[in-house]
Amino acid sequence: MARYIIKRVILAVLTVFIISAITFFLMHAIPGGPFNKEKALSQATIDALNQRYNLDKPLVEQFFIYIRELLKGDFGVSLKNGREIGQIIGESFPISARLGFTAVAFALVLGTILGSLAALTRNKLPDRIIIFFSTLFTAVPSFVLATLLLLVFCIQLQWLPVWSTQTPNYVLPVIALAAYPMAYTTRLAKTSMLDALDQDYIRTARAKGVAHWKIIFKHALRNSLIPVITYAGPEIAYIITGSMVVETVFTIGGIGSQFVSAITNRDYTMIMATTIFLAALMVVANLICDLLYKAVDPRIKYD
Amino acid sequence: MENYEHLLSVQNLHTAFSTDNGTVQAVNGISFNLDKGKTLGIVGESGSGKSVTAYSVMQILSENGKITEGNVLFKGDNITKWSEKQMRSFRGKSCSIIFQDPMTSLNPVFTVGNQIMEGIRLHSTQYQSSPKERALEMLKLVGINEPEKRLKQYPYELSGGMRQRVMIAMALACEPDILIADEPTTALDVTIQAQILELMQDLQKRMGMAIIMVTHDLGVIAEMCDEIIVMYGGRICERGTADEIFYNPRHEYTKGLLRSIPSGANMKQRLIPISGTPINMLNMPKGCAFCPRCDSAMKICLEQIPDEISINENHKASCWVNIRDEQMKEKEAVTT
Amino acid sequence: MVNYDENGTPKKNKLSLQIDLSKFEPATDEEKKQQDVMSKSSTFFKDGMKKLRKNPLAMASMIVLVLIIVLIIVAPLVIPYGYSEILSVNGKRDKGAKNLAPFTYSKMEQKYIDEGNYRFPHVFGTDEQCRDYFVRVIYGTRVSLVVGFFASLIVLIIGMIYGSISGYLGGTVDLIMMRIVDIIYSLPDMLMVILLSVVFKEVLVFPDGSILAKLGTNMVSLFIVFGLLYWVGMARLIRGQILSIKENDYVLAARTVGAKAGRIIRSHILPNCLSVIIISTALQIPSAIFTESYLSFIGLGVQAPMPSLGSLANAARQGLQTYPYKLVFPALAICLIVLSLNLLGDGMRDAFDPKLRR
Repeated sequence: MARYIIKRVILAVLTVFIISAITFFLMHAIPGGPFNKEKALSQATIDALNQRYNLDKPLVEQFFIYIRELLKGDFGVSLKNGREIGQIIGESFPISARLGFTAVAFALVLGTILGSLAALTRNKLPDRIIIFFSTLFTAVPSFVLATLLLLVFCIQLQWLPVWSTQTPNYVLPVIALAAYPMAYTTRLAKTSMLDALDQDYIRTARAKGVAHWKIIFKHALRNSLIPVITYAGPEIAYIITGSMVVETVFTIGGIGSQFVSAITNRDYTMIMATTIFLAALMVVANLICDLLYKAVDPRIKYD
Repeated sequence: MENYEHLLSVQNLHTAFSTDNGTVQAVNGISFNLDKGKTLGIVGESGSGKSVTAYSVMQILSENGKITEGNVLFKGDNITKWSEKQMRSFRGKSCSIIFQDPMTSLNPVFTVGNQIMEGIRLHSTQYQSSPKERALEMLKLVGINEPEKRLKQYPYELSGGMRQRVMIAMALACEPDILIADEPTTALDVTIQAQILELMQDLQKRMGMAIIMVTHDLGVIAEMCDEIIVMYGGRICERGTADEIFYNPRHEYTKGLLRSIPSGANMKQRLIPISGTPINMLNMPKGCAFCPRCDSAMKICLEQIPDEISINENHKASCWVNIRDEQMKEKEAVTT
Repeated sequence: MVNYDENGTPKKNKLSLQIDLSKFEPATDEEKKQQDVMSKSSTFFKDGMKKLRKNPLAMASMIVLVLIIVLIIVAPLVIPYGYSEILSVNGKRDKGAKNLAPFTYSKMEQKYIDEGNYRFPHVFGTDEQCRDYFVRVIYGTRVSLVVGFFASLIVLIIGMIYGSISGYLGGTVDLIMMRIVDIIYSLPDMLMVILLSVVFKEVLVFPDGSILAKLGTNMVSLFIVFGLLYWVGMARLIRGQILSIKENDYVLAARTVGAKAGRIIRSHILPNCLSVIIISTALQIPSAIFTESYLSFIGLGVQAPMPSLGSLANAARQGLQTYPYKLVFPALAICLIVLSLNLLGDGMRDAFDPKLRR
């Protein structure tokens, strides 16, 4: 078991390394480099860049210096305003983390409950309602939902305030972010619950005289959670990318909206650092989910 | 009821399933009795309704299945009229079942010990305080080595034969009156098959339960059973002791079956398979279910389900050929 | 009706002794055949189509999709406005035609109509650059559907070829190929897509006037990105199918007769994967549309002035308070398309997936 964990961790680190390399070399493939001399950069910024990024050294060496600095916590400097990227990330990430965690928890927990409920009341009213709404919401991209929610609830009805640091209202952003994953989880949970209920071991449990509810909550549920946990990894990735637009739409100052404005402003150093940061986040999340999954399903061999 | 005739009495059982394509009549009028300590064998092809009969007794049919007619009497009580709560105390305690595929029949995410102890905790008054000891005792009884270790293992870690033994241990932990075995050896190697059958007979001697053995394997049936029922199309073709069925088959289907398997009797001869394909249960015919495939089919077979007549005290068959032969004998007796 | 005696065994029906002896004549083969009613056999495909037709949601979705496709082909022929055309009346730029509500006219246009001329109505109004919005939404839909379709096609082709080779050849080749798949699979796809889009935007330069230039660098980069990243899921799927089918006896039979690998893959293996392939592709299209509109929303989509439903939605954020309809139309369009494709894909899966039979 320990060997397995170590192996997975090494793989995760390797993945982040590869991603960093790809990001770095891609950014530098842009003609004129990421440090576009056409832009009117202030002298202070130019000096800072030269110092920080060792622009006179060969590219590969630049890369390793970059990695070394990254590991020390030095993310470089924003092209836009010369600020320390590390600081920008440090300020904006906690906001995004709050939003993200809430959305993930919402989606996974509520999704599993609703999905199981749908499976248990198959073809009756609760099932139909749940499936109707979850099918609907798998067709609505997060940015569409976000803008619509903003329109209806903040602007037209004015029930909820627009987000600002003084009035941090997370209700709408969480809904916009969690809607799709929750809908997907619901349908997944329903299918896997129905699947589990169809298995032979359920018949065995019935034949032993186990009560109906116990069959569902003990025998079926554990098995039905396995696919849901498998999906948790991609779900987190979705929420990270979704947060970019949701934060932009609701003008929340999280790391996602920072990333989007960096793209719009061609702030390449910012793009580079944020990409690596978010990628590392996703890899870690996947790693945790992987380990969780192996813990729940004893059939998986630890190779 | 204290005084009862038979341990289990199935009377004119009819079970049907509603499917996308219509109603499938899986069991069409089955009746049999089972007494304490005896072994009943139910033999038939896939789709003959034998497993469904067993599931109907325990009422563990799938959602779209229902008993549409008939009674099942256990120790005199009509359990078809029982509530779900009453049935739950029947299942696993008075009557247990082991299934064909032990790999899929055991829950993969729980340990062997957990699954055995679940039944003990549910039903047993005797072993309530020490379910683990009872579980260990059962594992030893079914011949599993290193029982303490096995208790903590998961089903995928055991071999096929061992899993089936675990199923048996699980089924017998609460000392049921009846054990139903639904194709218990079909998924196992031949050598393991023999071991499992031997184990079952051994346990029967020790614990005294009655066994219903459902199988398509005539060899298994011959080994173990006091009485045999041959099923086709959800109906009973013939019933009797092993000797009677094998040496004096009186139903065309049984005769066809025996002709089609290798045995001492037809060693040098060609095997003759039964022509045609198994019956489509969506449209049960008016007459005998086997008629379309029967070489001796007569006009009456098309129109009427044959009555069951006694060949002798241990042997009954439902085939018009017998009645024709009897009538011909009567005629001859009259004319001579 | 069966009667029981005291022992619980069924009694013989006394009447049966009076049977007409002629009934004991042997039954002929025709008479036997009448008893034997087999269910009608049909091919897998026909079975599936029958099931699909019974699914009201899937059928409704199919109709909706057909209608949409018809609309986007016909509408631009009927509507006299171009998607990048700034509205003008009598050759003069109509500045007053900015952000018109649906079915309203600008002052200049109204005067034009009063003079007795006909002006095609602006079904969705106009945008902030005085362009007819309905046409833009139509073109945006076109872009989304085309991108969705071709991206899925690329994914299908690359994935199929890669997966079949890997699955069929097996051994070390398979091992290496799958390792590559694993690496690509573990990359966070959205981030990579964004990254590649950013880079391609700067790097790809097309000669003016060529078709590629018209599509815009972003559209091409979108296809490249899909080609590079998204085929891995399909490859894995195909490989899995091939691995399970490869061992089947009919493949062995073909090999003993001397059929070559390519032929075996084409005529035996792929037809059996067909249902899985179709279903997977059908569900890939809405996913591709999602990705495209997402990228467009953050500014990495198709190049202006070519509209995309995503970029239209983004642009609508500016005047959200006063012109809400500018958001609603492209949003509805995306949802409708994706919903129909999802329902159709689901319906196809329910109909054609052999594991789901009852």
